[in-house]
Amino acid sequence: MTRSFLLATAVLLPASLLAILIALAFGSVAIAPADLLAVVAGDGSRLHDTLVLELRLPRALAAFAAGGLLGLAGALMQVLLRNPLADPYVLGLSGGASVGALLAMLAGLSMFSVSLAAFAGALLSTVIVFGLAHGTGSWTPTRLLLTGVVVAAGWGAMISFLLAVSPTAELPGMLYWLMGDVSHARNPYPAWIVLVLVVLLALPLGRTLNVLARGPMQAAALGVAVRPVEWSIYIAAALITATAVMQVGAVGFVGLIVPHMLRLIFGNDQRVILPASALGGGILLTLADTLARTMIAPEQLPVGVITAMLGVPVFLFLLYRSR
Amino acid sequence: MPRTPHSAPATRQPHDDPGPGARSVHQKPGPDTLLATDDLVIDIPGRPPGAPLELTVDPGQCWGILGPNGAGKSTLLQTLAGLRAARAGRIDIKGQGISTLPRAELARRLGLVFQTHHDGFPATVLETALIGRHPYLRPWDIETAEDYARARAALAEMDLADLEDRMVDTLSGGERQRLAIATVLTQDPSLLLLDEPTSQLDLHHQVAVLNRVQAIVAQEHRAAVLVLHDVNLAARYCDHLLLLFPDGQACWGPTATMLVPSALERLYNQPLSVGEVDGLPVFLPRSE
Repeated sequence: MTRSFLLATAVLLPASLLAILIALAFGSVAIAPADLLAVVAGDGSRLHDTLVLELRLPRALAAFAAGGLLGLAGALMQVLLRNPLADPYVLGLSGGASVGALLAMLAGLSMFSVSLAAFAGALLSTVIVFGLAHGTGSWTPTRLLLTGVVVAAGWGAMISFLLAVSPTAELPGMLYWLMGDVSHARNPYPAWIVLVLVVLLALPLGRTLNVLARGPMQAAALGVAVRPVEWSIYIAAALITATAVMQVGAVGFVGLIVPHMLRLIFGNDQRVILPASALGGGILLTLADTLARTMIAPEQLPVGVITAMLGVPVFLFLLYRSR
Repeated sequence: MPRTPHSAPATRQPHDDPGPGARSVHQKPGPDTLLATDDLVIDIPGRPPGAPLELTVDPGQCWGILGPNGAGKSTLLQTLAGLRAARAGRIDIKGQGISTLPRAELARRLGLVFQTHHDGFPATVLETALIGRHPYLRPWDIETAEDYARARAALAEMDLADLEDRMVDTLSGGERQRLAIATVLTQDPSLLLLDEPTSQLDLHHQVAVLNRVQAIVAQEHRAAVLVLHDVNLAARYCDHLLLLFPDGQACWGPTATMLVPSALERLYNQPLSVGEVDGLPVFLPRSE
């Protein structure tokens, strides 16, 4: 375990730094490494200062935090559902968030209120799915998954309805939000605080999650208080997914492919996979957002398009290769 | 016990028949008692309560639980492990009420091997055995070299040493069952609860597992409770038996007093032929 932890740290920490530097250097105006160094050292030109420190840095940090949250949420949901291909959105979270955000946009509220409405929608969906999946008996992963899928379909219908009745002028903004977009994320720090906090809380739980991944009965026989641990994971995963969705909209596939690929490299120890998924998710979304900003510059693509274009083939390949 | 081999079913010898409710030997729990139950009634949903159980498992004892399908053997074992609530009664593990013990402490005192194994998440054989050390580690602790050594030793005892890097989902049924036993050996609790530990094993490994259990029980302050379907293995390896009858009745005591053909025939609703091999009774099903 120690070896793969050190290996993951040695690979992912420099990679994270590199991803953020790439995000700072590329854009509608590319900045040479020497100029970037000058900005970091505090004696860059005014144009470069503005570009890097005021525009690109907050955006890169926001993308990294949101990606990290999604990666971590994916890793947690996969342990909770004991399914390596589960996704942070299985609980219908993104659908609930989208409906909340679209309603706020229709009402003409500020971007801040739209984020809050998205957060509220995500949590509402979590409560609905959990309540229904719990039902009269105890919930099983299958029941939770199916309930999540059906509730998500319900949100999908409401999204289509809202798009159909919205004024045409509102549609581009709504579609961008639905596809996931980092451009309106301006204050990355709350997401960073949540990310660091949850990683620190999840680390000492890592071995317990390893045991839980072997099944709830086996875990209970080995001294794990299964119910409280499962509730904690559920609440943590819902909160951090909602935080990420609030920042960047419904960006898909980060929480699905990042933990899965990391598991192929570093093994299945949750003490490694949880922090590694946070870093890996951050790296992926930061790079994807850089791509989204530069591919058809000066126009921008929604980052969710990039993650989906990367994620769908990777996911299908993994599914094809698994039993 | 005085019994003629090849004798006719002993129904005509009522004094020889422990029968339901005949609490042959009810031992009082002592200071060393590992497991004691007081009027324990297990909870099988939708079934009337069975006979209350007054069991006392002392160090050095190996108990076998016999009974037909659905008699509540697994339910009893899981109740004894604190994983299910009982309908009534009390369970003490090393003199402390099971409901007052924290889960981790309970897992240091007793270990349970389940009858079926679900592997939702990929893991290697060594990783799976290593989780047996979980009850002994604090949240921030990392498994030490000693923990790894214990897991590897347990795998070696179960003939799995060469498979430690294999993924669990590629194992055969018998290998998977031996891995579950290796995990509980790594856990190393005072009281072993094994639910049909030999059901998927070949003859050699059946004997190997039960020999290992016998050796553990011979150590200080260790005991085992096994659910078995093979009366003959139970006769050979268990010094105490608990018979769970389909109607909820039960009787228990030293093996010699329990292996009465008429009682076993009633237990399984199956006529038996009795023989003797190496001084031990052997029971074979007889077709009508």
